[in-house]
Amino acid sequence: MAISGVALLAICTLLGALLGDGLGAALGAKANVGGVGIAMLLLIAARLWLSRHGRLSEGAKLGVQFWGALYIPIVVAMAAQQNVVAAVRGGPVVILAGIGTVAVCFIAVALLGRFGGRGETMDEIEARQAAGPRR
Amino acid sequence: MDIAHLLTANGLLVAFAVVGAIMWLSNSISRRLTFGRVHGSAIAITLGLVLAFAGGLATGGEKGLADVPMLTGIGLMGGAMLRDFAIVATAFEVDVTQAKKAGLIGMVAIGLGTLLPFVVGVLLAVGFGYSDAVSLTTIGAGAITYIVGPVTGAALGASSSVIALSIATGVLKAVLVMIGTPLVANSIGLNSPRAAMVFGGLMGTVSGVSGGLAATDRRLVPYGALTATFHTGVGCLLVPSVFYFLVRALAGH
Repeated sequence: MAISGVALLAICTLLGALLGDGLGAALGAKANVGGVGIAMLLLIAARLWLSRHGRLSEGAKLGVQFWGALYIPIVVAMAAQQNVVAAVRGGPVVILAGIGTVAVCFIAVALLGRFGGRGETMDEIEARQAAGPRR
Repeated sequence: MDIAHLLTANGLLVAFAVVGAIMWLSNSISRRLTFGRVHGSAIAITLGLVLAFAGGLATGGEKGLADVPMLTGIGLMGGAMLRDFAIVATAFEVDVTQAKKAGLIGMVAIGLGTLLPFVVGVLLAVGFGYSDAVSLTTIGAGAITYIVGPVTGAALGASSSVIALSIATGVLKAVLVMIGTPLVANSIGLNSPRAAMVFGGLMGTVSGVSGGLAATDRRLVPYGALTATFHTGVGCLLVPSVFYFLVRALAGH
């Protein structure tokens, strides 16, 4: 049943939002702390549990993967509703702060990424998984 | 029944059709004009931003293309609810061992991703003549994400023009991350789940990270999103409290 996957995804997303709000309130942050991240962890845990018990049906997988596949179009719709006019018109302090921040963070990604050795790349992981038996 | 009414009444379906057309157009531009060198999704996201700019100019609203009456469905399709729903769905493909390996460095990245933008934002605000701790902190918060900015500004009682500046900084950051990530991905080594988690923690802005990674390599999206979603929360927690007290101690008032 495809709906079981969609429902599982919805339950994880809602629980994550709830727990994120709770965590934010407990910390006095006035915001959701990691709601989506918690929801992702819940979904990963649910997937592992279901497949371990042989309860992960093709329909359920389809229900989740359909929404994962719609992710990029949804991001395009998200981009199409940003307040780009305000971002452009904000004046020099906004433009400099935006560019400066992004540049500094890109450099930090490059430095931190190298720190402690380099991770296995996505291509290498897929090659390894294609070569050997999966997990 | 006139067409305008039909389109308004079926907003979400119109959005699916419009975004589908944008994706199709972008993929053919990617194939025919750049021979696959520029990712179709990078072109689509840039087109989305250009349309948002045009929509904002045409309507004078704050929600880009979604303020055009017949295209309000774009607002639902790209709004927080479906965005979070789809991001969570990508976690289905996360390789748990890879995510665990990058857990610690991901946390370091979130810390740095909060501190570095804040320092850049505060220093620039000082350079532009702001001297009170509330304005400095609010502008610095905007450089973290466009949610941390107004949350901090509201908590500290900043003026609405300073809050607007901090939101604009955060939005510009998100836009720059979306456009810039595919361009610099190779030179900053953004090709592994570990690098994507570091990237998500440092850049923070969920829209920027998810858009930028989608335009670079779709397989990296869940790893970046996993750390990025903690970023705004950490910012909203630390900035109006710890960071504000530090700035007040340094600024004197």
